[in-house]
Amino acid sequence: MLKDITLGQFFPGNSLAHKLDPRTKLILTVVYIVGLFCAESFLSYGLMAALLIAGVRVSGVAPKALVRGLKPVLFIICFTAVLNLFYTPGEELVSFWIFTITKEGVLTAFFMVLRITMLIMGTFLLTYTTSPISLTDGMESLLNPLKKIRVPVHELAMMMSIALRFIPTLIEETDKIMSAQKARGADFESGSIIDRAKALVPILVPLFISAFRRADELAVAMECRCYHGGHGRTKLHVLHYQTRDYLVLSVYAVILAAVIVLARFGL
Amino acid sequence: MEPIIRVEGLTHTYGQDTPFCRSAVDGVSLEIYRGEFLGIIGHTGSGKSTLIQHLNGLLQPTVGKIYLDGRDIWADPKKIRDVRFRVGLVFQYPEYQLFEETAYKDIAFGPKNMGLDQDEIDRRVRAAARFAGLDEGLLEKSPFDLSGGQKRRVAIAGVIAMEPEVLILDEPSAGLDPAGRRSLLKNIKEYHRERGTTVVMVSHSMDEVAENVDRIIVLADAGVVMSGTPREVFSRAGELVAVGLDVPQVTRVAMALRQRGVDIDSAVYTVADLRRALNAVRGGTC
Repeated sequence: MLKDITLGQFFPGNSLAHKLDPRTKLILTVVYIVGLFCAESFLSYGLMAALLIAGVRVSGVAPKALVRGLKPVLFIICFTAVLNLFYTPGEELVSFWIFTITKEGVLTAFFMVLRITMLIMGTFLLTYTTSPISLTDGMESLLNPLKKIRVPVHELAMMMSIALRFIPTLIEETDKIMSAQKARGADFESGSIIDRAKALVPILVPLFISAFRRADELAVAMECRCYHGGHGRTKLHVLHYQTRDYLVLSVYAVILAAVIVLARFGL
Repeated sequence: MEPIIRVEGLTHTYGQDTPFCRSAVDGVSLEIYRGEFLGIIGHTGSGKSTLIQHLNGLLQPTVGKIYLDGRDIWADPKKIRDVRFRVGLVFQYPEYQLFEETAYKDIAFGPKNMGLDQDEIDRRVRAAARFAGLDEGLLEKSPFDLSGGQKRRVAIAGVIAMEPEVLILDEPSAGLDPAGRRSLLKNIKEYHRERGTTVVMVSHSMDEVAENVDRIIVLADAGVVMSGTPREVFSRAGELVAVGLDVPQVTRVAMALRQRGVDIDSAVYTVADLRRALNAVRGGTC
């Protein structure tokens, strides 16, 4: 079922991970991703994994939910692993027909899988613990300096929050339309690729129509409440960094520095 | 009467292993008899929609079994499509599922999926359109040019055209104006009478249910709390109110009259009943 896709879903809670300033969490996520791409050894990957596990424990998000989030990207993970496995030159381990598996290949493939898995889990942790509204608030505030060079930061943030807001709605809608067409015997699972593409028409047409209808309604509703862009608009919840934000940021900075230093020394 | 659908100990849990985990249907057992007009009532969130999506195999039970004609519908998951042709389900606000260029083609979607030949499809589309109260002239129009009520009728015809043995309608009259409601319900009732198929109507309008159905099943908090004829169910007004439902308006009028000392039979559920009861009070003259 589409409902089971947990991408971009927010699990409300009251943990330290939920209470952190969204800007802190955004910075942490970016830093974490940078760290992942710098990590090159078991030791540095171990550090990154420890960070992730600590984050999951603090957030109280069920590890099962994180693992399930990996399902949609499972194919990409396997694909990169296979590519790396066969196409990394180095010391030969096994060789058959035109395929050769090298020791370096096994290692790269392993690290690649680890990297992607941890990357996705790390970003999921962000969306699981941060409501879409505070996420866009944080983004808008982080990008604020760009206003000086005339980047429409507020409009971008508004578009993003609307898009995020409507993901669950559209998923629900798709689910409903799919059920309705299945009730009339539509078959999405069997047949050739062309058959399956054709089978999507009965879902896509109603979905587009309702998306346009919703956009229209939302635009009218926003205009009724005198929305006219970001100029002079104030916030209900003004973001403030707290002591805990500084603390967590410092801890992360130290660990990232360690990872980079380790990478420099080839560990 | 023999049951055409039998539900045994059905439980359905949404969002297992997430903080949002909850059972929408919990331990429900019920029977739907061949040829009856059954009403399922319950307040919002009582599990009505989840229950009916099990009857045609759109949802798979977390626990429990559903038998169609005595056979477990999930015995062979590959044949679940056949169950969907035999148990037709019209969703709430079905007009949002229309997608074809013409109303005719949209109604033909179901029969076409059944693999019928062109003549049979044509016959079924026209028959279904008649049952749903659609003019022949509307069939060649784009469904998006039709009015809300007409769209709804196209969508209902789309399910009727599969000629299911059981027709399930989820809130068929929701969002229509009173005249549209009345005429749509009249069409459904005529369909039931003429074709003799089993019809299940989900509703939270007590008046609608009282006027039309043979038997009522009341759902509350994910389970069945009552079942019986409208007379049996509506005589337990207090319990209905306790689960967030009500008795039909005419029953409330009769009960209020009784409270003020009028010696009237308060077991009335339709306007015709009330008129009879009032005439009885006046001394039998019309």
